[in-house]
Amino acid sequence: MAQERKIKIIVAKPGLDGHDRGAKLLARIFAEAGMEVVYTGLRQTPEMIVEAALQEDADVVGLSSLSGVHNYFFPRVVELLREKGLDDVLVVGGGIIPLEDVDGLKSAGVKAIFGPGTDTNAIVDFIKNNVRN
Amino acid sequence: MIPDVERHSALMLTDVAGEILKGSPRAAARLITWLENEDPRAFPCMEALFPHSGRAYVIGITGSPGAGKSTLTDKLTQTIRSSGLTVGIIAVDPSSPFTGGAVLGDRVRMSQLSLDPGVFIRSMATRGFLGGMARATGEVVKVLDALGKDIILIETVGVGQDEVDIIGIADTTCVVLVPGLGDAIQSMKSGIMEIADIFVINKSDHLGADQLYTEVTTRVEQDHHIKGRPWLAPVVKTVAVNNEGMEDLWERIEGHRRYLKASGEFMQRRRERTGRETLRMIHHEIFRLVRRRLEDTGEMERLVGEITDRKRDPYSVMKEVLSGWLKQAGPTGEAS
Repeated sequence: MAQERKIKIIVAKPGLDGHDRGAKLLARIFAEAGMEVVYTGLRQTPEMIVEAALQEDADVVGLSSLSGVHNYFFPRVVELLREKGLDDVLVVGGGIIPLEDVDGLKSAGVKAIFGPGTDTNAIVDFIKNNVRN
Repeated sequence: MIPDVERHSALMLTDVAGEILKGSPRAAARLITWLENEDPRAFPCMEALFPHSGRAYVIGITGSPGAGKSTLTDKLTQTIRSSGLTVGIIAVDPSSPFTGGAVLGDRVRMSQLSLDPGVFIRSMATRGFLGGMARATGEVVKVLDALGKDIILIETVGVGQDEVDIIGIADTTCVVLVPGLGDAIQSMKSGIMEIADIFVINKSDHLGADQLYTEVTTRVEQDHHIKGRPWLAPVVKTVAVNNEGMEDLWERIEGHRRYLKASGEFMQRRRERTGRETLRMIHHEIFRLVRRRLEDTGEMERLVGEITDRKRDPYSVMKEVLSGWLKQAGPTGEAS
């Protein structure tokens, strides 16, 4: 009897941003949705996040930024994942992301950006529908 | 950028066992996922890795929620790393009994270690398995062993009084206690207080640490008196968050290891472990096969109905199912 496959997601705060209330809430929401959530804590470098994704064999990396560093950190995480051969890991982001930055982040490989006020069910659904098989 | 060939092999993961033996953390991570999911692809890999396991020394870190197990694991790992040994960490946290999800938070305390290539950290959810660990934890130990890690630290879920499965896997079990959780009667009880090879009094700068130290030391002396155990469990004071006491703890662990080797207990424990593991594996596989047959044929539903209506009793049903299965399994064992 094989176990039901669980979605494993890393929830990470890249950079020096210390605001993790949203990230922690989302970690709980993902767990409530039946996912296994690895919360990395604050002040993570892209290298640390990608190493965690590799060791945990994560299906999804969720990045949260409220300090304006998303244009560097989010694409850098995608780039490092690709370098490690983790191309099939779904990367999503959220936080305070100006609308004019969203297209650039998406073309860099971040599959979705969820701003303040997003229905959390929509985030869960997006992940479930786009995660690797 | 890494070379194309390496990138290709990283993507394909064609020979997971071979890559693990070459030291690939990515391949190890994937095999661990298969083990957690009971994916049949794990079996041939484990068969290939098994001859390369059994070398690592396994340390269990257990204790109540909030005792500081993750911080202790982090700091102890740094001490072990400074002696040049490599470390694999398995950090277990509970799954929700309602949703099956889990928040695995142990990495938060281990950020310092995440970029050290001599350290591999894996979080595991219990997925309904009791006893303080995940069902696959023992298998994951073998994977990290084959990956070449010298020391494997298992951090159990926060435990209460009775989750003692760690002793079935660890060579040295450290029970982490903190002041303020109870009086001397707690330290007299059975269960978790019995399994310690080493007691750690963490947060020993907190009020009540000296009293706890005395109570635990008394218990250890009583154990020595009552059971005549040759190993007298040391009681080590630490303040993990300030990195205090780690050298002492590591020295005590090494002392226990020397004792196990010299007394012959090491091989005896490992033999017992191998026996238990093998039986458990057989048990699990028989259970899986029987259950699948009962469910696929619809027989399970019929039996449950009859038992619920008190037309049958579960005891005779159990005997009947088992003898039927054994008969069908026959000498070749083809009962799946």
